[in-house]
Amino acid sequence: MLRFDNVGLRYGVGPEVLRDLDFSIAPQSFQFLTGPSGAGKTTMLKLMLLSLKPTRGTIHIFGEEAGGLSKDQITALRRRIGVVFQDFRLLDHLTTYENVALPLRVRGRDEAGYRAEVVELLRWVGLGDRMNALPPVLSGGEKQRAAIARALIVRPELLLADEPTGNVDPSLARRLLRLFVELHKSGTAVVIATHDLSLMDQFGYARRLVVGDGQLRVFEGDPR
Amino acid sequence: MNDAAPAIPADSQLKRDMPLVPANSIAGRALVVVIAILTFLACLTAGGAILVGEASQAWRGEVARDVTIQIKPRAGEDVDALVALAAETASRAPGVADAIAYTKAQSEAILAPWLGDGVDLGQLPIPRLIIVHMQPGHADDLEPLRAALAAGAPAASLDDHRVWLSRLDVMAGAVVVFAAALFALMIVAMGTAVGFATRGAMAGAREIVEVLHFVGAADSYIAGQFQGHFLRLGLRGAGIGGAAAALFFAVAALASFVARRTSAGAEIVALFGAFQLGLPGYAAIVFVAGAIAVLTGVLSRRIVFRQLSALS
Repeated sequence: MLRFDNVGLRYGVGPEVLRDLDFSIAPQSFQFLTGPSGAGKTTMLKLMLLSLKPTRGTIHIFGEEAGGLSKDQITALRRRIGVVFQDFRLLDHLTTYENVALPLRVRGRDEAGYRAEVVELLRWVGLGDRMNALPPVLSGGEKQRAAIARALIVRPELLLADEPTGNVDPSLARRLLRLFVELHKSGTAVVIATHDLSLMDQFGYARRLVVGDGQLRVFEGDPR
Repeated sequence: MNDAAPAIPADSQLKRDMPLVPANSIAGRALVVVIAILTFLACLTAGGAILVGEASQAWRGEVARDVTIQIKPRAGEDVDALVALAAETASRAPGVADAIAYTKAQSEAILAPWLGDGVDLGQLPIPRLIIVHMQPGHADDLEPLRAALAAGAPAASLDDHRVWLSRLDVMAGAVVVFAAALFALMIVAMGTAVGFATRGAMAGAREIVEVLHFVGAADSYIAGQFQGHFLRLGLRGAGIGGAAAALFFAVAALASFVARRTSAGAEIVALFGAFQLGLPGYAAIVFVAGAIAVLTGVLSRRIVFRQLSALS
């Protein structure tokens, strides 16, 4: 599904911030991307999302070599990926409902056709009574749930989540993680960037991609 | 996912029609004002050119059908007899509808406004005039009349206003060229304003554009959102400017109608027309306003595409 071959990244003429990245994400897999703050977890996710181009090496995604893709092809591939940003990236002038429905709206789907599923998902993540609220009046946890719902609404083949439980209490964090696990069980490959060791310990079977000193080490999870 | 079957909110319970590019911003309001002013000026220019063109046609139509025969008084000649002979000769010439000879008093009355009341016109050799109305279709062929006068009334000279008409043509053409140049300048100014506004809106909406890209929006979709946004601003501005211009011409027509009762007003109406734009004129205003609104949308779309290409 996603494969990095000898990928390296540098900004300008500076040193490589990531180097010799060789790994792959299998379909229907579940993994944590971890490492200390500033190690490059978010940069790794941006490479996976094709919003950054590597300065060397190749990235294959959904069977395509990313370097030769046109903008329209990248757009088509991104429609198969769900992404949860660390800073949520909700649009402040849209309601919670409109933010969550955004991926469906940009695909040109009719609002009446997706309203039921958006409402159902919003209720499931506990935002059923906040559908008409604008993001500036939402709490951090509510924003986080809205951002996650926006990523899940298209049932992506690959989900990339950057610190998705960083702004919620432990019980809600477990609930949100259960949501990711359910999504994984339904066939989605999940990559969760986090530095929360206790969270990762709850999912011992998950693979761990540990980034540090610009390099990546892969630790397979315990067999279930 | 949920145990209880949720009720789907009705349309009225869900806010869901917000445009992706925020509708209200200070830059957007400023652009509406700029577009309104430029549309107003463009419509005034177009309407003014139409009025001048129509007035020119009216003068041309009236003047072209009339020619003037002039008899200069000479010592020892019976001017009244010469005038009667010339009028009689002219009225029999091919293509002439009628020939009306002005009396001495009428000829003096024409000059009186320019010479003032204190001049005894009776002492001056005032030329006598005969106004000849040509039949429709014969206004451009004055040779039979000229030949008839040369043969039957050699003292008469024929003035067919051609010099004046050619000057009128030059003046009307100059007005049209000037209006077209003004119009082009306004379009360039508007394009520049829309360009600045679009780049400003793109810069302000950079995060929106990024999010739209990440959730799978194509460049054409994003450009379409900005185009719709600027088309709405353009329609609002052009609508205000066009309506103001239409109102201006309506008020001007009403004012000229009222002023026509005074002598000065009557002269202005005679020279420049009654400021009555007519249906084609108002249609031109609607067309100009609509074209400016569409141009605003199309320009913004092109600029957004260029900006998005630069981002990638």
